Order: sequence, then structure tokens, then C-alpha cells
Amino acid sequence: MSAAVELRGVTRTFGKVRAVDDISFRVEEGEFFSMLGPSGSGKTTCLRLIAGFELCDSGAILLHGDDVSRTPPYRRPVNTVFQDYALFPHMSVLDNVAYGLRVRRVPRREREDRARQMLATVQLPDMAKRRPAELSGGQRQRVALARALINQPRVLLLDEPLGALDLKLREEMQLELKSLQRKLGITFVYVTHDQHEALGMSDRVAVVNRGRIEQLDTPDGLYERPRTAFIATFVGTSNVCTGPLAAALGHSSKTVSVRPERVRFGDGGDRDVTLSGTVLARQYHGATSRYDLAVADAKLCLVCPSTEAQAEPGQAVTVHVPAAAIHELEPADSGLDPGPGPDPDPRNGPRDAGPDGPAEAHA
Amino acid sequence: MPSEPDARAGRGKSPLGLRVAAAAGLLFLHLPIVLIVAYAFSTDDKTYRFPIPGFTLRWFSAAWERDDVWQALRLSLEVASIATGMALVLGTMAAAALHRSRFFGKQSITLLFILPIALPGIVTGIALRSALAIMEIPFSIWTVVVGHATFCVVVVYNNAIARLRRTSHSMIEASMDLGADGFQTFRYVVLPNIATAILAGGMLAFALSFDEIIVTTFTSGHEQTVPIWMLNELVRPRNRPVTNVVAVFVMVLTLAPILLAYHFTRGTESTAGSGK
Repeated sequence: MSAAVELRGVTRTFGKVRAVDDISFRVEEGEFFSMLGPSGSGKTTCLRLIAGFELCDSGAILLHGDDVSRTPPYRRPVNTVFQDYALFPHMSVLDNVAYGLRVRRVPRREREDRARQMLATVQLPDMAKRRPAELSGGQRQRVALARALINQPRVLLLDEPLGALDLKLREEMQLELKSLQRKLGITFVYVTHDQHEALGMSDRVAVVNRGRIEQLDTPDGLYERPRTAFIATFVGTSNVCTGPLAAALGHSSKTVSVRPERVRFGDGGDRDVTLSGTVLARQYHGATSRYDLAVADAKLCLVCPSTEAQAEPGQAVTVHVPAAAIHELEPADSGLDPGPGPDPDPRNGPRDAGPDGPAEAHA
Repeated sequence: MPSEPDARAGRGKSPLGLRVAAAAGLLFLHLPIVLIVAYAFSTDDKTYRFPIPGFTLRWFSAAWERDDVWQALRLSLEVASIATGMALVLGTMAAAALHRSRFFGKQSITLLFILPIALPGIVTGIALRSALAIMEIPFSIWTVVVGHATFCVVVVYNNAIARLRRTSHSMIEASMDLGADGFQTFRYVVLPNIATAILAGGMLAFALSFDEIIVTTFTSGHEQTVPIWMLNELVRPRNRPVTNVVAVFVMVLTLAPILLAYHFTRGTESTAGSGK
């Protein structure tokens, strides 16, 4: 069966910048797929390429097996929820939602009925007559969603749809989006820079950095088995350890990642690595507390429930890490592409000197 | 004036001298216009005597019965309407084409668009006249229309592009995304959002064309638009107040679209009447 969305070696450059650099991935039918990355990483360009607002310089984009690389946006069977919602200010909410049917020449009665149903689906039944300017941010977001869903797309593209909402509303909408996606059974391609959104809703997440996919995995795969130092520090926080500290952890001349919550106070057992160090600083975060420790001439960060907090700055402590929690990372300057086979030639594009992201975040 | 500084501080009453100067300036600008209106009612038909010897409405009926007045008015209306129509289509299309695209030479093309309104009318006029002569195109209403269109397009273009710049581009993408082709997107999304700006530009273009004299002089043959007719009347006085009557009429006619254009673009920062 063909994938709902497939990118094959897609590249898009703007001037000298490779916004999307030889990206390949498949999104399966019905999947909630996220693209997560810092701003400027190329994730939005990727989405715009799928929608058709940008055309790729090379490579191919397939939707349900059809090559749409050169198809204009209005002939692609996908719809988009825009970051700024992009509602039509001169139309009522109902006309906004019905727009996709109007341009397909669906008779007025039918399109208004369907638009009303769609407004009920997104829980905005009483707003049909209003103008977008009269709605709150959250309501506009729902209108944008209803408008994008009216043509019953099999793939919905969402470009940071919750970015403009406040935290509480954002968490509420996350749950709603996820349940809507399950109910309608359509494929979501979701772009965000918010790791909580990506980890919380997605079936799989592609972490995009500098126009490339750094890792494509399930949310827990990303967190438990980060491939590079960039992933380890971008998704959650992590101790990226090199040199003596890595050696002390039993992986000399390697780079390893240890999640702060896996470091515990006290002596460990056989399957643990026990280390001794000094407390440098302590930060109280309510439920948890964070300790910065000096271990083997490097900094090691520990997060534990505040009820277990027991050390003061300056105090000498013993900590242990389960050997299974020490995760070896790929060297920062190799293995760029998780896709089929590594890139044969070293990169030739004009690129920053340091190859792969902020490698030494801690350590 | 030394008074309680706390009470007056916010209002900042300007000094007497400045207010007198401002009033004098305004009077200097507008008194002649008042006089034009006043002399339309004068009983004296030869000179601009002051004080006005008496008032009459006779010149209005005299103007009404003069065929040359009607011909000039009709020609001016025709020229202004056609030139405005051309400006609306071309100016809007140019703005739509130029506001998003980036290509080599875009700045030069933009400059070429704006140039006719910056160039002195006499340069445009002479240039057009010699061009027409070289191409052996006989003077007609159409040569006048083309001459006027050169600067009418600019006014519409400026208004349209200012509005387009403030229109969110993702709206256009949203429309395409929902299945609308280029024409539908223009019809349902772009046009409703820039319509008032285009309308304002069109009205200004109409007003500019209606009272244009320099370019018209160079591009018309025997045809007389209203301003040219008036100029001729001034050098060759015959029923002088009739000229004033026509002037009053023209003033009213051009004031309406300018006020409407002002109304439509009020509160927006579009470049409305960049002078000509």
C-alpha cells in the first residue's frame, strides 16, 4: 500500500540556504506525524512543499502514490491549517468554512448545511454569523480547522496551529485535536517547535534540524534512544557526557547521554555506575528539584522528586546511574541521514562550520 | 501667555502669530476659489470688478445653452472615464504582479510605473506628442486617453499595492489550498480586500484626468476638454462669468470623488493623493 505522504530526496533552496536538504520520509495512512525542530530548521518549508505553496528543486512528493511535485495547491488533495489561521476577514464564519465547497460550485443550501455540521464538529455551533474579528483566538483556531476539514481531505497539514494560544487552551486543544484525528481517521502532518505537543500527540516524530531529518522515531524512541547530541538536548534535557565523565560512566572516548532523572542519589548496585561528586547548585521546581553536580571535572545534572531532595550546595555526594540509562550517541559529525543509506559525499553546501548542532550542551 | 502651566500643558495653545500666519496662508489659498464662485453670479460680463456690482443667475442659463460647453464637458467625462477604466485594470494588475514577486530589474520597473506622476506634465506631453508624430498616429480622443492613462495608472497602482502589502499573504494561500484557482482567489479573496483601495485610486484618477491640461494640450488635436476650453475662454473673453459657472461645476464634480476617496481610505495609510 502506498503511503499517505511520501517525500523522496526533496530539496528546496532559497538563495544560498538549503531550507530543505535531501529529505525523505513516509507518512502512513491515518498516522499522526509531527515535524519538530527549532525555528528555521526547515519544517515549515517541508509542510509548504507538501501543500504546494513551494515547489521542490529536486526530489519528488507523493500523495497516496500520486506524484504531485508539480501540481498546484488547488489540485492537491490536502488542506492546511495555517499558523495565523488566515481566515478571510470579509466573510462570516459560515462563509469561511463553506469556502472550499463554494469554489467547487456546491449549491448554497448544501454547502451551508455542511458548513454548519462542520462547525458543530469543532464545537462552534453558534458562531456562524460572526466575522472572524469578533472571535477569540481559540475560536478562530477552530474555524480554521473546520474550514480545512470541509473538503474532507485525507491528509491535513497543520502549521503550528496552537502557537498563538495560551498554555491552558493549548493543552485543551491538543487533546481535542488528537481525538478529532482519531474520530475522522485522517492523516495529520503536524509542524511544531514545541516538544510537548509533538511527544504528546504524535505516533511518530521527525526531528528536523538544518534542513535535514536528524531522527525519525516514536516519541518514546526519541526520548529513550536519542541518536545524536542534538536530539538528546532538543527533546527533553540531557547530560551529554564526553571525556573523563564518559569514561567514568564506562564509555571512554565516546559521547553518551544520560537523562537527569535517571541519575539518583546514593550508592548503586551491580547494574549501576556509582560516581562521587560535589553539589554545585540546587534549583527547586516544586514537584522536582534539579541539582548541578561536579563529577569527574564535568557538570552532571540530576533531577529528582523534591521529597527525595537531601543535598546542599558544597556537599560531597555519591550518585548512581543504571547502566541501561547510559545511552551511547553517534559522533556529532557522522550519520546525518536516517533515510536509506548514508550520504555518499560530504556536504558541499555552504553551511556553518560546526557540523551537527550544539553538541556540548552540558558536560 | 503666562497662565497656569498645569491646565494648559496638554492642549499646547499655539502662539497668536503662528495662528494668524496659518489663517493668512489658508485665505491666500482659498480666497481665489471663493471669488471664482462669487463671480459666477456677477452681473458684470467683462471684468472682475470689485465689489461685485450685482448678482444674477443668468450665466447659468447662458452656460446651459452653449454647445461648446456641453461638448467640452462630454469629452472630459469620456476621457476621464476611459482613462480611469484603463487605470483600474492595468494598475490593479501591475500591483498584483509586483507586490510579491522578486526578480532582477523589479526596482526599475517599479520606478518606470511611478515616473509619469513624478515627471513634469510638459515632459510627458512633449514625449507623447513626438512619439505620436513619429508613429503617424492622428490626434483623437484616444491619444488624450492614453496620455491621461500614464498617470492615472500610477494612482491606482499606488493605492492597490499599499493595500496588498497590508493583506496577509497566507489568506491567498488558504484560498488556493481550499481548491480555488487563481481567478477564484482573485474574485473571492483578493478583490474584496483591496476593492476600497482600488475604488479610491480610481476616483483620484478620474479627478486628475478631468482637470488635466498640460498633457491634454500636447495630445489633443482640435478636441477641447473642459480645462482647455476654459483656458481659451480666458484669453478670449466672451461672457466671462460663463467660464466661472463652468469652473464651479467642475469643482463640484471633482470634489465628490476626492471626498469619497478620502472617506474610503480614511484610517488607512495608503498613498492616496500623491500629487500631480
